[in-house]
Amino acid sequence: MKKALGFVGILIVLIVLGVWWLSAPDRETGEAPQPATPASADAVTRGRELVGLGGCQSCHTARGGALFAGGRPIPTPFGVFYAPNITPDAATGLGSWSATDFWRALHDGYSKKGGALYPTFPYTNYTRISRQDAEAMYAYLRTIQPVKQVNRHHELKFPYDYRPLLLAWRWLFFRPGVYQSDPAHDTQWNRGAYLVQGLGHCSACHEARNALGATRSEAGPTGGLVLNWYAPSLVTPREAGVQHWTDAEVMTLLKTGVLDTRAMTVGPMAEVVAESLQHTPDDELQAMATYLRSLPAMEPPAQATATQTPYVLRPAERARGEELYKKNCANCHGDHGEGRDPAAPPLVNNRTITMASAVNPIRLVLFGGYPPGTAGNPRPFGMPPFSLTLDDEQIAEVLNYVRTSWGNSAHPVRGEEVSANRGNPLW
Amino acid sequence: MFLVFGSAQAADLSTEPPLDSIQQRVKPCTTCHGNEGRATREGYYPRIAGKPAGYLFNQLTNFRDDRRHYSMMSYMAQLQTDDYLHEIAEYFGSLRVPYPPPHAPAVSTVVLDRGRQLVMQGDPTLKLPACISCHGRRLLGVAPAVPGLLGVSQDYLTAQLGAWRMGVRAAAAPDCMREIVQRMRTEDLNAATAWLASQPVPDDAEPAPSFEATPQLQCGSILGHMAQ
Repeated sequence: MKKALGFVGILIVLIVLGVWWLSAPDRETGEAPQPATPASADAVTRGRELVGLGGCQSCHTARGGALFAGGRPIPTPFGVFYAPNITPDAATGLGSWSATDFWRALHDGYSKKGGALYPTFPYTNYTRISRQDAEAMYAYLRTIQPVKQVNRHHELKFPYDYRPLLLAWRWLFFRPGVYQSDPAHDTQWNRGAYLVQGLGHCSACHEARNALGATRSEAGPTGGLVLNWYAPSLVTPREAGVQHWTDAEVMTLLKTGVLDTRAMTVGPMAEVVAESLQHTPDDELQAMATYLRSLPAMEPPAQATATQTPYVLRPAERARGEELYKKNCANCHGDHGEGRDPAAPPLVNNRTITMASAVNPIRLVLFGGYPPGTAGNPRPFGMPPFSLTLDDEQIAEVLNYVRTSWGNSAHPVRGEEVSANRGNPLW
Repeated sequence: MFLVFGSAQAADLSTEPPLDSIQQRVKPCTTCHGNEGRATREGYYPRIAGKPAGYLFNQLTNFRDDRRHYSMMSYMAQLQTDDYLHEIAEYFGSLRVPYPPPHAPAVSTVVLDRGRQLVMQGDPTLKLPACISCHGRRLLGVAPAVPGLLGVSQDYLTAQLGAWRMGVRAAAAPDCMREIVQRMRTEDLNAATAWLASQPVPDDAEPAPSFEATPQLQCGSILGHMAQ
């Protein structure tokens, strides 16, 4: 099925590409490049903040590598991308790039040499960034230590390694455009929308992608699989929607990585908090909270939600799951999934447990993990990994017990799903 | 009867650490490294209890910064602050829990003799310093950053030296162990680890407080701690 879909996808791309070449429509609507003004100290300071908020470091710095010198592998369904060097080194980094070149990359998704960039670089979000903010980011990036480090070639599967296909992809899925303020909302809301949709590129993870790697909806973040984790939807209160939270609660989660035992970030989001959000000024976080809380609450598609009638485990399954729970989980999470402050979150009515996707609970039981160490939560508690002590069936059994006990009602997990997650690399 | 019941309950509770404690915080570590870091029967997950805290801290940052490669360790350590990693290293480094008896590898006495010679005297013809010259006369490590070599399995020791030789494990530059391992022949490597793994660990095992003589090679892992 997947193969057939892939083939159809490729066919469509080739046809569209043919049409593209025949008609060669000029769809680029970006404004004419402006000459760069000399950078002020203010612009550099502001640029540093913006680059931090944009999370540039996460991809453009390898583990243990020089800041912004690139080389970090980004695994995707299309192959492995290696983020490039964005230090101002003339030969291997962005040293020869003008402010206009930088703007073209952010706003239009073109490299200095004119080639289309892969949307792994989230220019589909960054296109919303204002020219002024882009110039500040450029000004800051000029001040960092130049590092000579040659970019590593991406290792992509056929046909994605054929870069001209991106022209068709762009024609289908990309329209450049700076964020336009919505007059129906105040300045703070608009600032939040600008940051969430643009620089913060939340939808790059929190939105489902189609077979060609384009985010599916313009309406807002709906949840998607990324780096082997499930980035939950930000529009539904069943997942990670925060419509029913206070601003302070949203800000605490974004700044410290946890909200007491009610919510915690792990995996890629923990990295976003550690490297980006914990350093973001409070007024920016406040704006993001305002916008996120205002997103119209949407229900996930019916077939993806928990079964309408509560799922009931067979008595033998239930007994096995309960025994495993008592032996491995109850010590911290309590006999009835009530949790224990400050170390262990409750499992009763816990959205990570009950949301339609079982990927995160499976990965948390397999690999455990810590929320990030942040100024606001410098000594986090962690979840132990069970990949060594429990087999796939046992993990499915204990998860099914938790997902159907104490009022929880989520569809059952199969051992095969656990197995599929076991082999995936950790992020 | 009540007393017995009461004490049994107390004993049961005492095995569980208070919730807001470092013991509770390091629970993810003990799944693989064993209760209190004393290791399990699975030989590839080393004992961490009682190792010099500086050594443990170095390993945590090595995993975090891609000098050592084990995805579970990188995943656990990658987003934690130096302060927290120090605290975790100090905690495990401070534990004094008993060692199990050694599991002697099935090798000939010739091999064991060669191993003992390498460990205690080194081999000047191969420019190999004795292990004891850095890892302590009793091979129990030297504070703060040199690990003991006793009380871990031969599988683990061999895997680490092999990884160093292949360039898969590294320490902060200058990487003295890399230099040493590259001078070792495979049979010597196996002989040394076989002898080390067959040695019992004394009850009063404790890293030496300092070097008896200046080590022959410069090690970044040690220099980093002297600078602090």
